Amino acid sequence: MISKRITALLAGATALPLLLAACGGSGDSSSASGASVSSLTVLDYYNNDPDKALVQKGLDGCATKLGISIQRETVPGDTLIQKVLQQASSKTLPDVLMLDNPDVQQIAATGALAPLNDLGVTADGFAQGIVDAGSYDGKLYGLAPVVNTIALFYNTQMLTEAGVQPPKTWDELKAAAKKLTKPGRYGIAFNANATYEGAWQFLPAMWTNGGDETDLNSPQVAEALQLWTDLVQSGSASKSVVNWTQGDAKDQFAAGKAAMMVNGPWQIPSLQSTPNVKWGVVQFPVNKAGQTPVAPLGGEAWTVPLNKDQAKQQKAADFVKCLTSDENELTWAKARFTVPTRTALLDTYVKDVPSMAAFTEQVKNARSRTGKLGEKWPDAAKVIYQAVQLALTGKASPQDAFKQASGG
Amino acid sequence: MADGTLTRTAVRRWPRAAGRGRRGEELTKILFVLPAAVAMVALFGYPVVKNLLMSLQDYGLRTFFTGEAPFVGLANYTAMVKDQLFSQAMVNTGLFTIGSIAFQFAIGLGLALFFRRRFPLSGFLRSMLLLPWLLPLIVSSATWRSILEQDNGILNRTLIGAGLLDDPVPWLNSPSVALIAVIGVNVWIGIPFNVTLLYSGLTEIPDELYEAGQLDGATGWSAFVHITWPNLRAVASVVLMLGVVYTIKVLDIILGLTGGGPANATQTLATQSYERSFVDFKFGEGAALSNLLIALSFLFAIFYLRGTRRAVDE
Repeated sequence: MISKRITALLAGATALPLLLAACGGSGDSSSASGASVSSLTVLDYYNNDPDKALVQKGLDGCATKLGISIQRETVPGDTLIQKVLQQASSKTLPDVLMLDNPDVQQIAATGALAPLNDLGVTADGFAQGIVDAGSYDGKLYGLAPVVNTIALFYNTQMLTEAGVQPPKTWDELKAAAKKLTKPGRYGIAFNANATYEGAWQFLPAMWTNGGDETDLNSPQVAEALQLWTDLVQSGSASKSVVNWTQGDAKDQFAAGKAAMMVNGPWQIPSLQSTPNVKWGVVQFPVNKAGQTPVAPLGGEAWTVPLNKDQAKQQKAADFVKCLTSDENELTWAKARFTVPTRTALLDTYVKDVPSMAAFTEQVKNARSRTGKLGEKWPDAAKVIYQAVQLALTGKASPQDAFKQASGG
Repeated sequence: MADGTLTRTAVRRWPRAAGRGRRGEELTKILFVLPAAVAMVALFGYPVVKNLLMSLQDYGLRTFFTGEAPFVGLANYTAMVKDQLFSQAMVNTGLFTIGSIAFQFAIGLGLALFFRRRFPLSGFLRSMLLLPWLLPLIVSSATWRSILEQDNGILNRTLIGAGLLDDPVPWLNSPSVALIAVIGVNVWIGIPFNVTLLYSGLTEIPDELYEAGQLDGATGWSAFVHITWPNLRAVASVVLMLGVVYTIKVLDIILGLTGGGPANATQTLATQSYERSFVDFKFGEGAALSNLLIALSFLFAIFYLRGTRRAVDE
């Protein structure tokens, strides 16, 4: 009967869930401290062209300037954090690490990153939102050379045909979406799925209306959710938004199946490959006149993991400083449809890239997701996307959804 | 994959060991099994123990950097049970597992019986049936997601085009339908496994039994009840047991289709375990949930193997 026991054991063991096996990467031993630094390792998630090559150019430029070589590794976006955790446990973090900006505070809170202020990097002249995103406990840990945000794309041809102006208020948005909806076409597409992405897309409505992540049970937040609910329940947006990603929303828009969409400038290269779809961008509409559109800041910050090799750590900080130089910011912003983070550059930038005018304007008032809650932000984001799901599927009213989602 | 070997050992009839030379024989047996046992302890034992320990620790993001994971007793298990989604995840896991197994098995058995008859192209068709099994799960779920899409999905378009429906079904968008859709896709993926094992079980039933049965007037349904099913029972138990063990922890299909949504309608213990670990970085709580899954799998494994043993020993 031994074999049967083993069969049972085996069967049980196959049910073993995937656990993060903290397997070590290549054992990069750092060079003796004090020696001149000749190379840096870099990790980022720009793993697809054109971004991969464009970022490479910027990295190479700074490497040349500092007289070093770089070994760059790129991984798919959704695996970066897991990679970072593996490397952290095997003490093989890179010299320069790119992080999505909402993750900076969480990683900084673990004590893995070097405070940049101590290494001669300051955030003078940067937009406040991006300083907030890169700071933890009053210290600067990450800096983003360029940022992005989300705004409202619209199909110029469809709006002209329907005689609709790009909406400036929520009422106009709802009316326009309704008017633009036809069989086989929705007025608007957005993403309300059960991930952080769904929460991120809800923020323009929530923040513009004065809602705040520290008090999700406020009427302002409920009103924002009412907007999403109205759009779906009136049929102006597909019920599928509860499963869509931002990529799906873009696909609908590019295929002419949505007349407007909430999305970011990183979709522009892809939209350019469907030249028959002509589009424009406006800031996210406001609920009441007098409000300022406030959207979340996106984009990636560059950080310097703690390194026993002081010389290397200093070099890495110099490298980050170079990446956020005026020159590099403008080059990256132009090439990758993103917005420079040094406010002094914005006017020059919009002059050079007029199609980014609305996004640039939107970035000026954009907020960092982790600005108020820091490493506690993911908990709030979870409540937000759960509440959005409850309301859009009709399981709760917009007024009750947040209470229910937070377990109240 | 160990599936093939597993079934075969379990299905083979075990001769009662004869008395003589039993000790030496036992020793030889143990020596044969030893390398495999060592490998198993290293490959399966370590993670199981590690997972048990992890579930008793405050194992979070910080742990990876500092290496510190203080023991917290049963706090992770308490948090797991207190979680407002726990009961829903339990119910969903139950519905998902029972629903998937019932249909996979019934359809699988039907197809296996069908293919037992000899007809042209049966071999080809049988190999085509394996396709869902061969596809990477992430591909299957992405494909099914587009098939089940409410507005443009091929399924709704076909059903409406054929006049069977007036309005599109919100397969993945409605909390009341999504779990059914997800079970449906999982059934589709699980059918080949059931067909393959049940078919091989059927081919081991000697034709003479049916011939003899025919003389006694046992044909059709009564042949199935009196000849096929009793002879297939051992295989069936193993198929069901493995089915439960595989299904209870299904993750990729659900993540690919709905990500646990809409409004948590498709959250199971497995998706919750994944979320706690890799979205919330609360690895201790994730481990607690996966230990619960392991315990449940074990329970079923023991239950079914007992049943099998009795059926075989008869």
